[in-house]
Amino acid sequence: MRLFPFHGGLKTVRHKTESNRQAIRAAALPKRLIVPLRQHVGAIAKPLVKTGDPVLKGQRIGQPDGYVSAAVHAPTSGVVIAVDQQPVPHPSGMTDWCVSIEVDGEERWIERCPVDYQHLHPSDLRNVVRNAGVVGLGGAVFPSAVKMNLSGHCERLEHLILNGAECEPWMTCDDRLMRERAPEIVAGIHILAHLLAPREVLIGIEDDKPEAIAAMAAACAGTGYEVRPVPTRYPSGGVKQLTKLLTNKEAPTDGRSTDIGVQCFNVATAYTLHRAIHHGEPVISRIVTVTGHVKQPQNLEVLLGTPFAELIAESGGYQDGVQRLIMGGPLMGFALHDDRVPVTKATNCILAAGAEDLALEQPAMPCIRCGACMDVCPADLLPQQLYWHARAKEFDKAQDYHLFSCIECGCCSYVCPSRIPLVQYYRYAKNEIWAQEKEKQKAELARQRHQARLERLEREKQEREAKLRQKAPPRSDAAAEKPTPTASIAHAKEAASSAADSPTEAIARDA
Amino acid sequence: MRFRTVTSPHILGETSVGRIMRRVLYAMVPGIAALVWFFGWGVLVNLSLASGIALLAEAAILAVRNKPLALYLNDYSAVVTAWLLAVALPPLAPWWLTVIGVLAAIVVAKHLYGGLGYNPFNPAMIGYVVLLISFPREMSTWPIPHGIDQAHAMTLWETLQAVFSGVQPARFAPDALTGATPLDVLRTQLGLGLTVTEVRNSPVFGIVAGSGWEWAALGFLAGGLWLVYTKAAAWQIPAGMLGTLAVISTIFYGIDPQRYAPPWFHLWSGAAIFGAFFIATDPVTASTTPRGRLIYGAGIGLLVYLIRGFGGYPDGVAFAVLLMNIAAPTIDLYTRPRVFGAHRE
Repeated sequence: MRLFPFHGGLKTVRHKTESNRQAIRAAALPKRLIVPLRQHVGAIAKPLVKTGDPVLKGQRIGQPDGYVSAAVHAPTSGVVIAVDQQPVPHPSGMTDWCVSIEVDGEERWIERCPVDYQHLHPSDLRNVVRNAGVVGLGGAVFPSAVKMNLSGHCERLEHLILNGAECEPWMTCDDRLMRERAPEIVAGIHILAHLLAPREVLIGIEDDKPEAIAAMAAACAGTGYEVRPVPTRYPSGGVKQLTKLLTNKEAPTDGRSTDIGVQCFNVATAYTLHRAIHHGEPVISRIVTVTGHVKQPQNLEVLLGTPFAELIAESGGYQDGVQRLIMGGPLMGFALHDDRVPVTKATNCILAAGAEDLALEQPAMPCIRCGACMDVCPADLLPQQLYWHARAKEFDKAQDYHLFSCIECGCCSYVCPSRIPLVQYYRYAKNEIWAQEKEKQKAELARQRHQARLERLEREKQEREAKLRQKAPPRSDAAAEKPTPTASIAHAKEAASSAADSPTEAIARDA
Repeated sequence: MRFRTVTSPHILGETSVGRIMRRVLYAMVPGIAALVWFFGWGVLVNLSLASGIALLAEAAILAVRNKPLALYLNDYSAVVTAWLLAVALPPLAPWWLTVIGVLAAIVVAKHLYGGLGYNPFNPAMIGYVVLLISFPREMSTWPIPHGIDQAHAMTLWETLQAVFSGVQPARFAPDALTGATPLDVLRTQLGLGLTVTEVRNSPVFGIVAGSGWEWAALGFLAGGLWLVYTKAAAWQIPAGMLGTLAVISTIFYGIDPQRYAPPWFHLWSGAAIFGAFFIATDPVTASTTPRGRLIYGAGIGLLVYLIRGFGGYPDGVAFAVLLMNIAAPTIDLYTRPRVFGAHRE
């Protein structure tokens, strides 16, 4: 079993043993759940309930809206007490639409309908997955149904990769899941393999998790799926890096992994897929690592919508000296303003970090061009040049140096002797570029609108002149024929949106 | 509970500019020890004087530029510049020579160009070249190497007197203390029509190159390899420079061994090894891409040979480094590595 190392990467602190020694525990039922309607990449789900509605456990409360979207379900039974904007876990501390549920404690389920996936049409199976709210649980929360459709990207899938690398320090939710529920994960892989028909199935796990590797290998016996331990080197859990490690293939900078015949899912996603198909249970909970400066670090099985504070309390509360609350790992996770935000499908880890766990905040020195950032960049970029150009606001040059290939893994900041917050510069540059593109699109729309108006005025003028020349019908008729300005704006909008590839088309293809 | 928010990454490796610079200083210790042994206390006097003046100059100009003093003085970059220059100066150089060189390096070459990280030219080499062009006589008289423990070696007190008052101890004949460097001897005598074999009979030569010098080179090689091993210096630069120097000198040696010195002599002489590991690897002024560093190093190796063999100076490391400093940004532009997922050419 040959591995193909990716360039760069880091050996970092691990801090895995704090939380991976005890079995996963179910978190206590909270009194109230705040379930965000956007727990996935893509369009926010449309609410299906209103204040006062009773809901059952597993009942759909958010309808997927568009192709790239996913359903949202009531994590337990109770009564909807609000459908409004609530603070959600987001780096900006923003609010988003949420369904708040007063929990009745009875845990009454909807009728659960397992699906015989082997006799289902692929597009029907994808619809089941979409309606079960299955999204990537590694943290990216991309709707899985979309990734289960290969049409247009490759003839046949070469490699189906299951990501169990879990390379971020502190995080152990996938480790525990693989140790304890390997057969269920494999049952989920069967579904993926059935739908995608890959030439081979590879399961990548970092070699600091021998128990998980053994459990998965045992569960895979006789299936032909290969468990491949990969060296413990951050960020081996990055999709592109894991793909390179296992297959030596690199997803093109301007394309997707399916372009090279590879599709990758997190092991926890495969697990929820199994629950959805074989048990008819939508995604209403996930495993969350609660660790760091809490009295009892552990992995909890948590209903989505449970406030972070309850999980902290359940883990014995904060230890003294907590400085930062991080969702995700310490290298790519983001710091939260408040611990009252709810757990979402993206919440793989809650890290209460103390001062000794965090980097000292030091003033940045000038770049000494040492190139340490280049040596660790897993995307083979020149982080230093990107930094100079981002700093100088030369965004076209930053793009020339492949700014958008940056996965924001943080390796460059980690090794920078001048303590320059490099990733922050790249995020800033990306946001500026996105903002500029949006401006450009707006300007284009305005231009089209203006053009349409000029054409209309010209047309009206000609019509008037023609009518004057004919000395025919009275003026009142001409006014009636005049197209309304709103109609022409709508026309211009339509013209603008049809230029971009439309998601509705893709739905039509899939349906 | 509410928390402060800071963007990721939340953990950082243990590193700092000061740590890297200190590592460079440690790596110079074996070579410096050899220099002190063969060339006397003057080496240490130069080092101390240069460090003191460099820190003073750095502090003064940081204050003028309104920069945080403690933060920048702790980065040790001024001390590194001072040491790199001091090692290259003749050990009995008058004090004002060292002071002028250090001021040219720190004030002009470093801070007038923007300070740490912004200077296009290697500050120590600017200081060196300013002195070489302005005071050629003072810069070319080196002590004759012998053990510091011997009776005919200058004492520390005598050295201090020589450096600060210009008074050479009366117990020595004027030509018993200083003389031309091995590369100087080679250059002038080859110019007089002697063969390499005849020149090599001069007492200034040792086993493979200049007597005494070759041991210093060995010390700098040891320190340099450690720097490369700890990744404080990029391996491509010394590899490119010494590799090129070896190849070219082998070619010329093969053409006519009586007119051109052998490759081992070139590698082991003058500032070749010191320059390859300590001067050319200054990250601020060098090329930064992997292939670029090889090209940059190779360019220096080529220029060193050309200047030694066909130019107007016995050694050419300083000029070669400065010339390649100018070329570094262009080299970087054309040697960008292939980005992950980009089409292979």
